[in-house]
Amino acid sequence: MIAALGMTMKPDHIRCEKFEARSRHYLVRMGLFRIMGVPTDISVVEHESAGRFIPLTQIKTSDELSRFIKDMIPLLYLGAEQAKTIGYIVSELGRNVIEHAEAENGAVLCAQYYKKSNAIRIGIADTGLGIRATISRSHSAPTDLEALRLALWPGITGTTRREGGTEQNAGAGLFFIKSIASVNRDFFVLYSGSGLYKLLKKPVKRKPRLHADPFEDRHSKESDLPPWRGTAVGIDLTLDQTEAFSTLLDAIAKTFRDAVRERYRARYKRPRFV
Amino acid sequence: MKPIVILEKAGVFAENKDIAREIRLRDLLPALEFGEEVTLDFGGVEAATQSFIHALLSEIFRKHGNNVLDRVAFKSCNETVRKVIGIVVDYLQEGMGIETGGEGGGDPFDPTRQNG
Repeated sequence: MIAALGMTMKPDHIRCEKFEARSRHYLVRMGLFRIMGVPTDISVVEHESAGRFIPLTQIKTSDELSRFIKDMIPLLYLGAEQAKTIGYIVSELGRNVIEHAEAENGAVLCAQYYKKSNAIRIGIADTGLGIRATISRSHSAPTDLEALRLALWPGITGTTRREGGTEQNAGAGLFFIKSIASVNRDFFVLYSGSGLYKLLKKPVKRKPRLHADPFEDRHSKESDLPPWRGTAVGIDLTLDQTEAFSTLLDAIAKTFRDAVRERYRARYKRPRFV
Repeated sequence: MKPIVILEKAGVFAENKDIAREIRLRDLLPALEFGEEVTLDFGGVEAATQSFIHALLSEIFRKHGNNVLDRVAFKSCNETVRKVIGIVVDYLQEGMGIETGGEGGGDPFDPTRQNG
């Protein structure tokens, strides 16, 4: 988010105070200063990033995103099933920005592997219109938080009021990502405007149940955070518990179908008995 | 039967919706307009996003109805691709007010499937 915000400024308008934190080397290695165009005197010995992290990367076009996904997977040394899951998530999140956000600087992505927990954290941020502005083109979203709820609901897209979306948008991308996180008992957070939705990790002993309404999942939410002009998404994938991708699809398919059917039925006209 | 090889256009991970749109507009829709049957060959494709498959199929359902499944076949799909196609096809038919199967949903790969 800092990188995305910094990219909206001219580099000579950004002043960095002297870093004392031990994490300063990490910020350099992840490319924070490079992507903002700000010089730094923090010196680091650059080790091979393969298998550990993907530095901050700016993506503005569809082809850049496809190339990024193709290059990213080998760098993270993932198994085939994990690669499918992560490729899927990055593709859907990146395309949301490219297609809907109208962000001048596109999307800023990065990823980090944590050996101790055997998990990958992926972050993507933009400084575009934000979810409320885009979803409100077709649906009523009185607050940022309500807009997040709608955006996570399957079958709802800002591109049309029509159920089922348009020929180019189904309105299901974020629902799939939240569902992948839910089935894997992973962490997922979505922040836009003043609203934040956080899917909480589910206890291992409880079988995960997917819901169309994100507010029915185990979650926390905020509605009055400092406004983020744009959208930021974070997801943690614990690789030890990442289900085979086809198993994830089985779980998602039923919820998706039921949710869409439920929404259609809610709009059916009822017979009038007099 | 007009073959459309997805791997050649979209690679092993079919996720670029711009490419799906290009296939739809340049190959799939014109072939259907001419009354041809089409085979979408997913051989070598390891995974596809629902967004890609939706961008590929949604408009043909809207223009031709679900009977289009009698004229479009899906070839050499692995389990992942099959499931994603199944989800999208169900979704599109729900949108048309057509009930799909039960737990497993409709199976567009089932040769015994009855459309209509």
